[in-house]
Amino acid sequence: MKHRKKALANWGNAVLFLGPTTIFFAITVLVPFIYGIYLTLNKMDTPSDPLVFSGILNYVNAIKDADFWSSLWLTLKFVVATVFFVNLVGFGLAYLVTSGIRIQNSMRTAYFTPNLIGGLVLGYIWQFVFVQSLPAMGEKLGIEWLKLGWLGDPHMAFWALVIVTIWQTSGYMMIIFIAGLISIPRDLIEAATIDGAGPFRRLVNVTLPLMVPSFVVTIFLSLKNAFMVYDLNFSLTKGGPFNSTLMVSMHVVNKAFIESNYGTGQAEAIILFIIVAVVTGIQVYSSKKMEVEA
Amino acid sequence: MSTKRMLTSTFAYIISFVAFVCFIFPFFLLIINSFKNNGDILTNPFSLPIHWNFVHFVDVVDKMNFLVTFKNTFMITTLSTIFIVFFSAMAAYHLVRKPTKYNKTFFTILVASMVIPFQSLMIPLIYIYGAKLQLIDTLPIPLLIIFYIGLGSALSIFIFHGFIKSIPVEIEEAARIDGCNTIQTFFIIVLPMLRPITVTIAILNVLWIWNDYLLPSLILNEENVYTMPVKMKVFSGTYMNNWELLIPAILMTVLPILIMYMIGQRYIIKGVMQGSVK
Repeated sequence: MKHRKKALANWGNAVLFLGPTTIFFAITVLVPFIYGIYLTLNKMDTPSDPLVFSGILNYVNAIKDADFWSSLWLTLKFVVATVFFVNLVGFGLAYLVTSGIRIQNSMRTAYFTPNLIGGLVLGYIWQFVFVQSLPAMGEKLGIEWLKLGWLGDPHMAFWALVIVTIWQTSGYMMIIFIAGLISIPRDLIEAATIDGAGPFRRLVNVTLPLMVPSFVVTIFLSLKNAFMVYDLNFSLTKGGPFNSTLMVSMHVVNKAFIESNYGTGQAEAIILFIIVAVVTGIQVYSSKKMEVEA
Repeated sequence: MSTKRMLTSTFAYIISFVAFVCFIFPFFLLIINSFKNNGDILTNPFSLPIHWNFVHFVDVVDKMNFLVTFKNTFMITTLSTIFIVFFSAMAAYHLVRKPTKYNKTFFTILVASMVIPFQSLMIPLIYIYGAKLQLIDTLPIPLLIIFYIGLGSALSIFIFHGFIKSIPVEIEEAARIDGCNTIQTFFIIVLPMLRPITVTIAILNVLWIWNDYLLPSLILNEENVYTMPVKMKVFSGTYMNNWELLIPAILMTVLPILIMYMIGQRYIIKGVMQGSVK
């Protein structure tokens, strides 16, 4: 009798503590995800159409969709460029504001500010910079490359997206790096100094190996952000000029909601999921192996 | 201080100042140009306004339906955040203290779900809740809040989980001996101890939900339920290249969050820092 009462109480607690999360998680992530895989096996142009089983037809269409692969290829280039620069700039800033200069706290605050604003609005802000301000500045100072409208040129528009992404997210990575940098024991740095290591040797041989856990987090976040970029892409370039900056997220959105091809759009979204899962999985696994003990 | 040392620190000051200018100048441009007319904006985007003109702000408040849009965004953000924080704390506590096989699996699924891109959920979400259940047209705001709770809980539970693991279980055992049941122990003993990490999680969720665009743009189809990013998108389409209206509109969209940052910047930076250390 007592046992049964206790079991009942345990069961009640589990329902109370886990129940709400389980329900919300199930109805917004778990069920849609599994149902989404099922949807790819059906022909569906708009959501009001009845589902008709079509096997792997959607995947065949996705594989034949040249625009999908070019948007994916572009996204990969974007991923490589932003992951590299965001981490480089973020680490540089963190190194700078932990080096002991007096104004470091206000600098920290300033560098983080772009993170508070969403990609969509940032895109509009930078549109003003690229379309109005820089050309006006180039005109006044006679600098040729500023005069060109960056967003009108396919090559420059891509780099405009990269620059704004660096500007937006490096401050966030900086904070993560700061947390890592201040946890490095001072005596390790001092020992290296006594052994005759200069600032550069200290950075490469002592600081960086101890920062691997921070890099695991920042690279994971910047990878995921870059693969999923949509808001900024949408507001800054709208994929243009001539679809030259149309990334994969935007392609999926357009495919489903504008071209009314839900089935193929969903198949492409699942392919995107597989790529993101594999890439981030490899990244976390391989960089975890690089971690060292202080 | 040696000369070499001084040179290095001068160099650090210069670099940090240049970086400061790079990070701040778009905001600076936004502020000085929000008081100008189109003519001045086009010819002199970098100069201070000659006449300080507030009329466009008044215009924008009216044209953006600012009060309603702000109220919608505020309501969606606060309600979602409160529910996420509350439910995630409870779930994480249970998952840490009762590591049964089922709970471990559930936690693994939660963590693994963090790599699912939103793009692979949005089409089924629209299909199930729009076409089948017709909830998008009838109850857009409650539905959006439910989606945020579901989409936000994995990361929040993950961060809470890491924090709760470091709390010694002895404190709770003492409470148990004093006659508290699990529910009382959680609310009286554990919840107050979670305060620092709760602030972190609340901040991360507020920033995400306040600025989110893609999900609300799919769910909110009526003008009177728009959030600020959705409204900003519509506004920028209507007044394309009309910078004397667009710039004040952008400024007013970002201002609430910038004010919040000015008040709570210490907590925000500390919060992000704590959230990152697993």
